[in-house]
Amino acid sequence: MRLPASLAALLLILPAATAAEIRPGRDFLSPELRALQEDEARHPGMLWVEQGEEVWRRTPALDKPSCAGCHGDAAGTMRGVATRYPMVDRASGRLLNLELRIEQCRMERQGQPAFGYESPELLALTAYIAYQSRSLPMTVRIDGAAAPFFDAGRAFFHERQGQLNLACSQCHDDNAGRRLRGDVISNGVGTGFPAYRLEWNAVGSLHRRLRACSLGVRAVQFDYGSPDYLNLELYLAWRARGLPMEAPAVRR
Amino acid sequence: MFNARVTMKPEAAKGEIVEIRTVARHPMERGNYPDAAGRMVPRMIIHSFRATYGGEEIFRMELGPGVSANPYIAFTTVATETGDIVLEWTDDSGFTLTRTLRLTVAG
Ligand code: HEC
Ligand code: HEC
Repeated sequence: MRLPASLAALLLILPAATAAEIRPGRDFLSPELRALQEDEARHPGMLWVEQGEEVWRRTPALDKPSCAGCHGDAAGTMRGVATRYPMVDRASGRLLNLELRIEQCRMERQGQPAFGYESPELLALTAYIAYQSRSLPMTVRIDGAAAPFFDAGRAFFHERQGQLNLACSQCHDDNAGRRLRGDVISNGVGTGFPAYRLEWNAVGSLHRRLRACSLGVRAVQFDYGSPDYLNLELYLAWRARGLPMEAPAVRR
Repeated sequence: MFNARVTMKPEAAKGEIVEIRTVARHPMERGNYPDAAGRMVPRMIIHSFRATYGGEEIFRMELGPGVSANPYIAFTTVATETGDIVLEWTDDSGFTLTRTLRLTVAG
C-alpha cells in the first residue's frame, strides 16, 4: 500500500493490521487503560454515570415529571436504546443521536430549556443511558428514511479533507494498528462515547472527539450536533454493527 | 463539581480485610502558571484525604500538586465491629466532601 506523503510523515511505521475487520476500541488500548475501563470502582467515567442517574431522577419543575417519572427504571427501559442511535425521528424526519433525543424529551416533554450540547447534565445523562447498553451489540438502521443520511455519512468518511488532505478512512481503515503521536490508531468506532479521555480529564461526547480528528487534519471543525457529524455518526455506528457498546470508555 | 464514588462491600466477617476504593471528581488544578491571558492560574487541589472507622482514624493521605485529576485512592482496613466508615476529602477552597458508609460485621 502506498501512503500519502503527509500521512507517512506523521506515522511511526509499524506493520499495519489487516483493514478488513473492524475491531472495537478497547482492542487498541494499552493493558493499563483497558483494565481501568473494565474496573468500575476506579473508572472516573462512572462519576458521570452516577451524576446522570441523579439528573434522571430530578424533578425539573413543580408540575413537570422527571425522566424517571415517565421512563421508570432506566436499567430496564433504557437497556439497548443506545445501540439503535442515531435514528430518524418519525415526526420531524430529522436524524437524532442519543444526545438530541434526550434534548427533545427535555424541551418537549419537560418543557425546559435544552441542557446544551456538551453541558455537564447532557453528558451525564447520555453516559448514564449509554451505560445501560454496555456490551450489547450495535444495531442501527440505515434503510428507509435513514438511507440518505447514511449515504452522506459514508461519503464524508471517504472524502479527503483539510490541509493534510486525508480522509477518515485513510487513518481508521488503512492504518489501524499503527502509531501516530503516541496514539495507536483504532478503527474509529464511536461505541465508547461519551468517553473519559485522560487528555480532557473529563467525559466528552463523540462529536468532541470528531472535532479533534478534524483539527488533526486541519479541516473544518463542525459544530456539536451538526448534520455533518450526525451523518458521520450514523455511518460509524453501522460500521460498528455487532460490536459491543463500551460507553463510557476510557481513552488517552 | 466535587463529588465522589466509593466501592466497598457493606458486610464482612470479624477479622476480615475490607477494601475501600474511591474516586473523587476534582480538577486537581496544580496552578502557578500563566493562562492564555497571562494571569496566574491558582492552585486548586484536594490536599488531604482522611478515613475514620467507628470514630478512629484508619487512613490518612496528603496529596500534592502532581496528582492527576479525579484521583483514585484505595486502602484496606480490618473489620472489627459494625460501624460507620467516614471518608473526607478536603481541597484548597477549604471545602470538605464527606461520605459515610455503614460496615456491618457478623460473627
Ligand atoms: C412526559 C413524559 C416524558 C418525560 C418527562 C421524558 N420522556 Fe423521554 N420519552 C417519552 C416518550 C413518550 C418517548 C417516545 C418517543 C417516541 O417514540 O417518539 C420518549 C423517548 C425517549 C428516548 C428514546 C427511547 C428509544 O427507545 O429510542 C430517550 C433516550 C428518552 N426519552 C430519554 C429521556 C430523558 C433523559 C428524559 C429526562 C431529561 C426524558 N426522556 C423525559 C416521554 C417522556
Ligand atoms: C491522521 C489520522 C486520522 C484521521 C484522518 C482521522 N482520525 Fe480519528 N483518530 C485518530 C487518532 C490517532 C485517534 C485516537 C486513537 C484512536 O482511538 O483511534 C482517533 C480517534 C477517533 C475516534 C475515537 C475512537 C475510540 O474508540 O476512541 C473516532 C470515532 C474517530 N477517530 C473518527 C474519525 C473520523 C470520523 C474521521 C474523519 C472525519 C477521523 N477520525 C479522521 C486519527 C485520525
